[in-house]
Amino acid sequence: MGAVAEGGVNLEKFGFMTTKLNDAIGWARKFSIFQYPFVTACCGMEYMATACAHYDVDRFGAGFPRFSPRQADVLFVVGTISQKMAPVLKKIYDQMCEPKWVVAFGVCTCTGGFYDNYATVMGIDHIIPVDVYIPGCPPRPENVLDGLMKLQDKIQNQKQEV
Amino acid sequence: MNLAEKIKQKYSSMVLEATAIAGGDPTIVAKKETIKNLMTALRDDVDFQFNVLMDLFGVDYLFWEEKEKRFEVVYNIYSISKKHRLFVKVPVKETDAALDSVTDVWPAANWFEREVWDMFGIRFNGHPNLKRILMYEEFKGHPLRKDYPYNKRQPLIGPMH
Ligand code: SF4
Repeated sequence: MGAVAEGGVNLEKFGFMTTKLNDAIGWARKFSIFQYPFVTACCGMEYMATACAHYDVDRFGAGFPRFSPRQADVLFVVGTISQKMAPVLKKIYDQMCEPKWVVAFGVCTCTGGFYDNYATVMGIDHIIPVDVYIPGCPPRPENVLDGLMKLQDKIQNQKQEV
Repeated sequence: MNLAEKIKQKYSSMVLEATAIAGGDPTIVAKKETIKNLMTALRDDVDFQFNVLMDLFGVDYLFWEEKEKRFEVVYNIYSISKKHRLFVKVPVKETDAALDSVTDVWPAANWFEREVWDMFGIRFNGHPNLKRILMYEEFKGHPLRKDYPYNKRQPLIGPMH
């Protein structure tokens, strides 16, 4: 029971809850992440492991992959991005509606990973802005969930554009 | 007499040498100019009947002192009816890196030849659609040539080095 200033009303007595609009929207958004899995390589297996029942990303409200970028909130870039694929990724990102976030899944997407050659993009942040980097080759599901929770924190705490 | 020697005897004007590669598959070294004739003959000859092109690839022997010519194009052909396999190697000079396409002999050669063009820059005359297959059209150079710096960046998107 919080202290109530003189002349004020103790709302909690009446079964109310108060919050800020910003926080409320953030709370709603962070638990309804529709993801677009952009899966190109081996990390995809680990993505599946994370998404399925054993680790169950649905607990975090992120269990609903949309295969249209227009309906997605979070772009999961999972696996190596080659130079030839880069324009496609950029286009997918551009097609997503605001607000949108990007998760780089695996070292290939973070930095190019162990690829140091003519064909691979050295980190997708050359192409699109990234919110959360999840390193690992491939990352363990626990690591992915950690990254997902970081993303939720970020969504909760940012200024909500409406 | 093994298969490679038989072929060398029969088509001596088009074959330079009969050997075997490591692993023991019969191998011939063929002349570049007549490769298409030789391949057509090997396909249609009742003794050999090489009706499948299983693989076709390039090799760059840049640092091999003993090789006179820099490139080799290698054909791996197989006969389903006769159950025998043959490797045909064709040495190709760097200054004249072009040879006749075998897409008319085996349509399967189409994408293989495009790959060899893309990666090694060896042209195939008479190919119906000789353009890059793995890299993008704006790409400069041929990345599997041994003098191409493996970590050279020339991206479509991102920083240029
Ligand atoms: S980070 Fe490792 S597992 Fe993931 S796509 Fe790259 S090479 Fe594959």
